[in-house]
Amino acid sequence: MNTAVHVENLSKSFVVGKRLLGPPKGIVKALHPLNLDVEKGETLGIVGESGCGKSTLARMLVGLLEPTTGLIEISGEPLQNTDPALFGRKIQYVFQDPVSSLNPRKTIRQIMEAPLVHLHGLGRDERARRISEIFEMVSLREEFLDRYPHEFSGGQAQRIGIARALTADAQVIVLDEPVSALDVSVQAQVLNLLADLKRQLNLTYLFISHDLAVVEAVSDRIAVLYFGSIVEVGTAAEVFSSPRHPYTKLLAESAPVVGRPLKAPENAETELPDPLDPPTGCAFRARCRNAIAECAASSPSLEGPANHQAACFNPLS
Amino acid sequence: MAGYIFKRLLSAIPVLFGITLIVFLIMAMIPGDPATAILGSYATPENVAKLNRDLGLDAPLWQRYFIWLGNMLQGDFGRSFALNRPVLDEVIERFNATLILAGTAFILCSLLGVIAGVVSAARQYGFADKAITFAVLLGISIPSFFLGMMMVLLFAVNLKWLPVSGMYAIYGGGDLPDLIRHLIMPATALSVVAIGVIARLSRSAMLEVLRQDFIRTARAKGVHEFGVIWRHALKAAMVSIIPVLGIQAGFVLSGAVYIEMVFQWPGVGRMLVDAILKRDILLVQGGVVFVAACYVLFNIIVDVAQSMLDPRIKT
Amino acid sequence: MRQFFALLFRNRLAAAGAIVMAIVVVLALLTPVLPLADPDVTNTGDRFIRPFSDGHLLGTDHLGRDLLSRLLWGTRLSLAVGFAAALIAATIGSAIGIIAGYFGGRTDNIIMRGVDMLMAFPYILLALAIVAALGPGLFNALIAVAAVNVPFFARNIRGITVSIAHKEFVDAARLSGMGDMRIILSEVLPNVIPVIVIAMSTTIGWMILETAGLSFLGLGSQPPQADLGSMLGEARSALITNPHTSIVPGAMILVIVMAINLLGDGIRDALDPRLKSGALSRPKPATLVDKNRTEMPPGDPEALLSIRDLRTEFRIKDKIYKAVGGVDLSVRPGECLGIIGESGSGKSVTALSVMGLVSSPPGIITAGSVAFKGEELVGASYKTLRAYRGDRVAYIFQDPLATLHPLFRIGDQLTEAITSHHAIPKKEANQRAIELLRAVRIPNAESRAKSFPHELSGGMRQRVGIAMALANDPDVIIADEPTTALDVTVQAQILALLNDLRRERGLAIIFITHDFGVVAQLCDRVAVMYAGRIVEEGDSADILGNPVHPYTSRLMACVPELGGGKRELEAIPGLPPVVNNLPAGCAFAERCANRQPQCTNQEIELIGTGSRSVRCLFPEKSLVEDRELQ
Repeated sequence: MNTAVHVENLSKSFVVGKRLLGPPKGIVKALHPLNLDVEKGETLGIVGESGCGKSTLARMLVGLLEPTTGLIEISGEPLQNTDPALFGRKIQYVFQDPVSSLNPRKTIRQIMEAPLVHLHGLGRDERARRISEIFEMVSLREEFLDRYPHEFSGGQAQRIGIARALTADAQVIVLDEPVSALDVSVQAQVLNLLADLKRQLNLTYLFISHDLAVVEAVSDRIAVLYFGSIVEVGTAAEVFSSPRHPYTKLLAESAPVVGRPLKAPENAETELPDPLDPPTGCAFRARCRNAIAECAASSPSLEGPANHQAACFNPLS
Repeated sequence: MAGYIFKRLLSAIPVLFGITLIVFLIMAMIPGDPATAILGSYATPENVAKLNRDLGLDAPLWQRYFIWLGNMLQGDFGRSFALNRPVLDEVIERFNATLILAGTAFILCSLLGVIAGVVSAARQYGFADKAITFAVLLGISIPSFFLGMMMVLLFAVNLKWLPVSGMYAIYGGGDLPDLIRHLIMPATALSVVAIGVIARLSRSAMLEVLRQDFIRTARAKGVHEFGVIWRHALKAAMVSIIPVLGIQAGFVLSGAVYIEMVFQWPGVGRMLVDAILKRDILLVQGGVVFVAACYVLFNIIVDVAQSMLDPRIKT
Repeated sequence: MRQFFALLFRNRLAAAGAIVMAIVVVLALLTPVLPLADPDVTNTGDRFIRPFSDGHLLGTDHLGRDLLSRLLWGTRLSLAVGFAAALIAATIGSAIGIIAGYFGGRTDNIIMRGVDMLMAFPYILLALAIVAALGPGLFNALIAVAAVNVPFFARNIRGITVSIAHKEFVDAARLSGMGDMRIILSEVLPNVIPVIVIAMSTTIGWMILETAGLSFLGLGSQPPQADLGSMLGEARSALITNPHTSIVPGAMILVIVMAINLLGDGIRDALDPRLKSGALSRPKPATLVDKNRTEMPPGDPEALLSIRDLRTEFRIKDKIYKAVGGVDLSVRPGECLGIIGESGSGKSVTALSVMGLVSSPPGIITAGSVAFKGEELVGASYKTLRAYRGDRVAYIFQDPLATLHPLFRIGDQLTEAITSHHAIPKKEANQRAIELLRAVRIPNAESRAKSFPHELSGGMRQRVGIAMALANDPDVIIADEPTTALDVTVQAQILALLNDLRRERGLAIIFITHDFGVVAQLCDRVAVMYAGRIVEEGDSADILGNPVHPYTSRLMACVPELGGGKRELEAIPGLPPVVNNLPAGCAFAERCANRQPQCTNQEIELIGTGSRSVRCLFPEKSLVEDRELQ
């Protein structure tokens, strides 16, 4: 059994404008049904812009949000109910905002002990031993344990957040924009720490980010999300060297890079479509230069060899 | 806009039902035989029999509620046994007087409260701010009925500037100037607490808004500080001030009960207190339902004003 | 806890309130053992004795009862009832609020509808109805006052709970295996309690007033039992003849409630974290300038905008944060200058200091000069600053949703930018606003001008921000991270637009960013800031191709660039220094591989040749040589 995470037909819809009587105003499909497999020991990068559904996906994977449809299997075991405690032993979560993910009125020790007590029922001495082991791994000093979260900078707080995720002893960790709230000079430290931990503990990562360059630096495979669907997925090398979906290419060309002249990669003044009134067919077609008649008629599905699939009727290259 | 008002009116219907239900349930807490309890000292055998017939008092609780509600919907709020006249007639007559008093006080406290709050925020930690803050503290700490009594002592008894009490002079009054002379003291005493509360809230709402980024944008555009405070900041602050004006209207209406007692103002509050002391339960019930319903309608106006101010609340 | 009391008593008014309250409470507690006359014994022969008479310090009432005794017994009763009502209302209301707020959904809906119903009554009607049903009496008045206040607590606490229940640490607690009950008690409650305490301390005075009010109406305490309200109520009929019987209990209520309110405000201020940081003070129209500063002659006369030795500090309580510690910069007409740095490097504060837009308090400019076309702006009158703001020097800010006024149409916000400086007819200004919207390539400019900011997407809003900056054809635009809040694909559009506009109009731009890619694509020159100072400055191509300061080169190395594949990143060890405690010498020394003892024992100057300068004793020369060899 080499699959760490297996996701089948997973989707999420939100009801907007609930009314006492009659149907709601609208249903927003935050995530269209998607399938995903992550191998043990692999890092899957998930890229997308705001509103593409990447956080919805992450929250469902760890059981904080109930899926509308679909099945989640972690290490071969299906987890269908939304009891985060059941999920907690198998899959953990590192939050985007390190400071707000720590309760301001608890000491770091209390925060670190919670998973050990509630998930593993460890005794006092064992807990202390475990915590000092983990603090060693993430290079935090043990004197921090009796301090409160507000005494830490973003980078340190994120280390604490990572340490907490490790105490649960889960094999899979979802990293939701773990460095985007941090300063550039601190980002690299945290990314390197994550890479070290993965090697040492043989972890599996789902790394979610809006930053293509960061994702490329850490991922084995990559999935690109647009408007609630995976539009391209494949090995990192393949996806970056020869993107097949026009959106992936646009994303890559939009990031400002030293040594490349400034030009607007798209002329149309278009942004994400309205989720309450989604377009027919491919959601990207209004921004796409390669759009053909077929794109308006039906939604494309992922096609291509297992190591590089794209959902596009008229793919690049 | 018309659509919003209609929707808001529609949503008031369950609230009005809720109000009648709450009042009914509270009144059902009265121990003992309902008819005797409601009639209290007026429980003559004829009265009891009549009330039992009118309200179906031998019926189960929920049936009684619907009978009572049905009667009210037809404009029949029952009969006050102490005053020997229909409850609704008495309530409407008294509510008019209350409306004059509370309405004046409400306008007074809204204007003065907001202005004081804005000035206080604009001059934070300056002399004006400290003076206003102190006055406000005094205002929210003094019982309005005590303030009213002290005003009577000073302005009516000692200085003889204003009449001691009542709504019109007994002899020769009845015109508007006479009403205003009688109104000054009670309206002022009634508005003082609300001025304090509104000023406090306006001050903190303004301070909150003044830190916002769009205020910096206005300044960066070169908008004059007067415009920054009174146009940009106040408009944004009104979003949190208006709901409080709605709540304060309820407090002014509540405070009117005390002030009507102090100044012998013939309003609905004094009527209610008298009715409670005389155990004239039907009058209490009808008065409470009627005034609460008026307050619900007033809050719809507040909501509509809010939606006109803030384009983000549509639907 | 100690800190809380220290904070509370530093507030002199709150301390005064606490002292008065302590005296009142002690007196109320001691009342039974004090040598007082029986409060309820009537003696009509001694009625209405004036205060300060023998045996009756405060005189007697209409039944000849000793007023001092009745006052103390009454105070005792009023306090007890007020506190009890507050405690009951707070407990029940908070419990309801927490349950509704935490569970949300249907539970919340049902509970809050009930609460809304109760709040649809003017509160006294509800209280009167309850008293009418239960009958007059002090205990029933207590129930009525508590019941009436339950919805207020419930609504208030629910709001706070909702915001806490959506915090990430609650999610984290769930993932730690905690159940709902445990999360409510150990994660939510500790964060809600300060709010409950604040709500209680600010409403307890109000509850005492309300109970006194019911007693005043004769619906609370029943004769002969005295509480302050009923004393006042009984005295009312003798108000004109014997005012002292009214004044004594009335003044007591005033004193008690005022002391409680002072104390309550003090508690609120001590518990509110925003007040601790001074964040609730009103920013002044222009940044404060230290009157004792050393003045500086304006720099570079050819420059459009020239900054010399600018120092801006934030003074928060006893700490001084030196956000900008001596910055020199200048911009020539038509030039685009980038300022790059991490958060806390002082780049934004430098930019905001130019037009005095740093929030003050706590910000203050302590030294230096900012000159626009030779005219000194530091210490200039508000009138002068205002005349320049938005007219000659315009700003574009980071988050376009927060920086546009939510309640004005964007067309009106644009026209205001024009009419603040030029008295032109409204119609002409409107026309100009539409032209501006077209200039920033907003489709359907006429109809868009009537939109409110929330109706536009992020990218469109930032275009409006740019149009607003262009409104008066300024000489310089200062753009403070204008694309940081936007998605990359939108960022690319906005950057391209800015670049076109600057070439079309010959604008000078100061562009603040943390992204080297943006600098490379847009800026002619760049200044790198670290801990409030410029560490390296020069032509952007030059600096990006050939960074000399160790910080610049290390920082560039640790930003992953697209196309590098999976790899280990170059990290800079350590953390940026906190600007309230800067080390001596080079602020970067602690994290620097080239560090020598000299780095930390002297001021290091920004020295340079030609267009290039660097603040470093041991710059990365090897790197320079390497590149030259290639």
